[in-house]
Amino acid sequence: MSWLTNYVRPKLQGLAGKRDIPQNLWEKCPSCGAMIYHRELEQNAQICTQCNHHFRLTVKQRLDILFDDARYDEIELPEVKEDPLDFADLKSYPDRLKSARKQTGRPDAMTVASGTMEGQKAVAGVMDFSFMGGSMGTAFGEAFITATELAALQDAAFVMVTASGGARMQEGILSLMQMARTTLAVRKLKEKGLPYIVLLTDPTTGGVSASFAMLGDIAVAEPGALIGFAGARVIEQTIRAQLPEGFQRAEYLRSHGMVDMVVDRRQLRHTLGTLIDLLRRPVSDKPY
Amino acid sequence: MDQEAYLDFEKNIAEIDERIEGLRHVTGSDDDFDLDEEVSGLEKKLEKILDQTYAKLTPWQKTQVARHPKRPHCLDYINGLITDFQLLAGDRLFGEDEAVVGGIGRFRGRSVVVIGQEKGNDIETRLKHNFGMAKPEGYRKAVRLMKLADQFNMPVLTFVDTAGAYPGLEGEERGQAEAIASSIDACFSVGVPIVATVIGEGGSGGAIAIAVANRILMLEHSVYSVISPEGCASILWRDGQEAQKAAEALRLTAQDLKDLGVIDDIIAEPRGGAHRNPTEAVLKTGEAISGALADFNDMTREQIRREREEKFLKMTRAE
Ligand SMILES: [Zn+2]
Repeated sequence: MSWLTNYVRPKLQGLAGKRDIPQNLWEKCPSCGAMIYHRELEQNAQICTQCNHHFRLTVKQRLDILFDDARYDEIELPEVKEDPLDFADLKSYPDRLKSARKQTGRPDAMTVASGTMEGQKAVAGVMDFSFMGGSMGTAFGEAFITATELAALQDAAFVMVTASGGARMQEGILSLMQMARTTLAVRKLKEKGLPYIVLLTDPTTGGVSASFAMLGDIAVAEPGALIGFAGARVIEQTIRAQLPEGFQRAEYLRSHGMVDMVVDRRQLRHTLGTLIDLLRRPVSDKPY
Repeated sequence: MDQEAYLDFEKNIAEIDERIEGLRHVTGSDDDFDLDEEVSGLEKKLEKILDQTYAKLTPWQKTQVARHPKRPHCLDYINGLITDFQLLAGDRLFGEDEAVVGGIGRFRGRSVVVIGQEKGNDIETRLKHNFGMAKPEGYRKAVRLMKLADQFNMPVLTFVDTAGAYPGLEGEERGQAEAIASSIDACFSVGVPIVATVIGEGGSGGAIAIAVANRILMLEHSVYSVISPEGCASILWRDGQEAQKAAEALRLTAQDLKDLGVIDDIIAEPRGGAHRNPTEAVLKTGEAISGALADFNDMTREQIRREREEKFLKMTRAE
């Protein structure tokens, strides 16, 4: 079973990754309600052992799964002007940023890393839904552009892992402009002939879905991931009707022609590696 | 003007309008001269009040003006500025979405492609154009027309006026997100100049889908925002009634966007807003578009494309 060997990584790495002991030793599956021991979840790529529900991942868990032997280099990202609009709602934007940073230990909602996937050179961008809903602001835009430029520099594929509720309202129109800027970055990457693979994870909506997330050469989605433009509540209000079962889920998008494949997380790295290999080496040197 | 024409902060304007109209209806008496004098006095007063009111509109008031039902809409601009206009329908994939109006015609003698959202002016036309809220077909038609523009070397004029893309079931089924993303991408692809004008409401992704342009213009009292003030208020203030506060915080006015380096120019509106004199608003917009297009007369297709890319690469980056 190739996916198994591909998934199992050195034990040492797994131990090092879980330095912080989870507060809850048991986690409740949001899909089937089963209580699962955290170690069991960890060994199963954070997938429910009962119903196959894919739990949301932390950035570190995601990067560990994506790259060979959980080895990768995180890239330093450009700094941007903080709080460009001097925005405050019930809380000030700097306060919201501060607490998100404290909670996630990361400067903003995007992390960029480079390494290999099944031996294929790749740069990965990973969005963090726990950082202000994975919202896209100017920091994200610059990070995304940096990631595509790095891929070009390293002659590597770019794998973008999305998880976002959309644009960052606290940056107003500046966040909306990131839809254009990220789309431009994708365009430049494609001009260089480098593969752009999007991995859509739970949830991917709003301005993120309506820009770079839907422009992959190949679109891969995780099982059960919520993917769409408008929020389900807004749609229900508009059409005054209940939405069908499975609406805006990965499988729904696949059957409506919006994504290429829905891939089990345990096979993900193998799939990505194969895709990159196929796209980048038109003639195989392996015996056939 | 009928009552629909007045916004909640225009009570005194409505009053004077009514008095002027009333006086004009009085006919045949001897003291016409006195009446004329009274009318012209009121008109002076009205001008002053209009100037004062419209010089210091709050962001929320601007939002209301931008959505004013009597404001000139996309088709008014097409009728006023484009000759030989040929409406082109359909995305060649699924259907025709009349929320997006598109076609070819002549702008000051030159063949152009026009793409814009049309909100409609009465119940019938509002329904026909789905209140300017486009479905995937609308954006895919925009993509098709941009390719046409590119193929025949015609500049693209877009008129942005939408509360946002249509948030419905069918839109999601047919890939609203992909359609918008592809429309943004198509804007980057063409070797002809694109001039986008926000004529009313620039609502989020549904607006930027056709506003990735070499020159972005906004009418003086139009707005352009990542989310509606009401939507923002209900999420961040957990109270849709706080739209006024959200409108301030979002920095969505033409003046804000100019300061933020997101748009190039502001088109001055007639006294009391475009809805008080649509013809003048349309003509001034024509002047501004003409000026913007002239910048590209001596540029090659590659230069035009590159100019647009550089503009967006630099945009939102601190100096
Ligand atoms: Zn489960």
